[in-house]
Order: sequence, then structure tokens, then C-alpha cells
Amino acid sequence: MTPTLNEYLLLSAILFAIGTGGVFLRRNLITILLSIEIMLNAVNLTFVAFGRALGSVDGQIIVFFVMTVAAAEAAVGLAIVIGLFRHRASLNPDSFASLKW
Amino acid sequence: MFYLFGAVAIVASLLVIAQRNPIYSVLLLIASFGALSGLYVLLEAPFVAVIQIIVYAGAIMVLFLFVVMLLNAPHEDTEEDLETPGVERRRLAGAGVRRFGGLLALALIVELWWALTKNGGETGAFPAAAEASVAAIGRALFTDYAFPFEVTSILILVAMVGAVVLARREPIAPAARRRSPGTPDLP
Repeated sequence: MTPTLNEYLLLSAILFAIGTGGVFLRRNLITILLSIEIMLNAVNLTFVAFGRALGSVDGQIIVFFVMTVAAAEAAVGLAIVIGLFRHRASLNPDSFASLKW
Repeated sequence: MFYLFGAVAIVASLLVIAQRNPIYSVLLLIASFGALSGLYVLLEAPFVAVIQIIVYAGAIMVLFLFVVMLLNAPHEDTEEDLETPGVERRRLAGAGVRRFGGLLALALIVELWWALTKNGGETGAFPAAAEASVAAIGRALFTDYAFPFEVTSILILVAMVGAVVLARREPIAPAARRRSPGTPDLP
């Protein structure tokens, strides 16, 4: 049985929910960034599946842009994590509750 | 094949969330991206599949792995680490947020499942032949999407400069002061 669009969308929904849960449930900044990457990839899968169903290349081009934004987000986010770790020697987001120290 | 790749992606993503050691999380996420790349091949999107492996698994995840090993703090804070005053109170406040987040993720998956299975019986089968080839993607990228493509390069430049500024070791203010005349150079 060949998979249909609905099955791809369901898989994407499951992956997105896993990413959402990871952002809220974990207490490690690196793992939270990884969960955001899972969510971005779930959306990418949706774009490619819709592009395949509609017979256009636009979905794949948007995936290209999403990957670029993900790379920029990872670079800046990890730089911020390094800066935070230098101040507090912790990766727990609960230790960064103060705006100024 | 779809079910194999889908199962690998879901299990690897769940294990990413479940691992306490970020290095294992990163490596499992690479496995998840490999499965997603297989799904892109099944969707007849070879260009996306290839850049998924090269850019995501090859570049972004290596960046993550590099930072994990640089910070050298492999484990999440355990309960003993959180005995300093103030942190405990915030941790208790965070427990409610986390329970809400788990509930939110569960509600999201139930809602999406409902929306996708109760949509009136439309199966959403794919058309037989796909138009997309790498040449078509390139043509569209450099004609219709030329301006967003150029904006992307600016975005990457800004991100690069921002990452360097954020991760540099000394603050900017003393460096500016050091350049004024009359003050001796600091070692």
C-alpha cells in the first residue's frame, strides 16, 4: 500500500508534537534547541509532501529557506548558550530567570 | 518503506527527548534526519534529501555537537545540583509549566490527528509523476525566488556576525576604552 498525503501529514504532526513536548519538558538549553530543530523538520516534511501533492517545486524551495533560517538560528542560539554558560556554568533555563546580573 | 522511515524518525525523535546526555541526543537526531531524508526520496524530492544530509546532519548537527563538547556539561542538572536557594522555588514553578507543556503537546497531536482523519474521506493520493527536478528547482530559485534568495545571504551574514559578537570572550567596552590615548595597554 502506497502512502498518501494524509499519512505524511500525520507523521509530521507526531514529530511536531514531540518537538513541542521537548521544548516544554526538558531543562537543558541544548536539548531545547534540538527540539526546535525537530519541529522545523516536521514542518519541512509537510512542505515537501504538499509540494508533491500539488505538483510544484515551491514546497522544496521553501524548505531550502527554512533550512537557511534554521542554520542561522542554530548559530546565534548556540552562541547565546555559550555566553550564558560562561556566566552561570549551567544549562538549566531555570537558572537564567534574572534579566541582569 | 514509508512506515520503516516514519517509525525510525518517530522513535529517534522520542529518544532525543528522553536522553539525559545531549551528545546522545544529537547523534539520535542525526539518525532521525537520515530517516527524514529517506522520506524525501520517497516523495521524489532528491535535492531536499541531499541537502538534508549535507546541511542538516553534516553542518548544523556538527555545530551542535561541537558546542556540547565545548561546554563539557553533559548531564542535565540533577536534583542535588538545585539545592541553592531560589532555584528550588523556580523549579517548582517550572513544574507546572512543564505539565502544561506536556498536555499541550498531547492536545496538539490529538487535534491534528482528528483534523486529518475526519476530513471527509479525502485520501489525498499523490499524482503519478512528479514535475520537480533539480533543474526545475534551480530555475525557480533564481527567477521567481531570486530576491528571497539574496535576502537569505544577508540573513546568514548577520547571523555569522551576531554569533561572533555573542560568543567572543571579552566584553566590548574595555576594548573600546583601551584604544583611547594615554592609557597603557593592558596585557
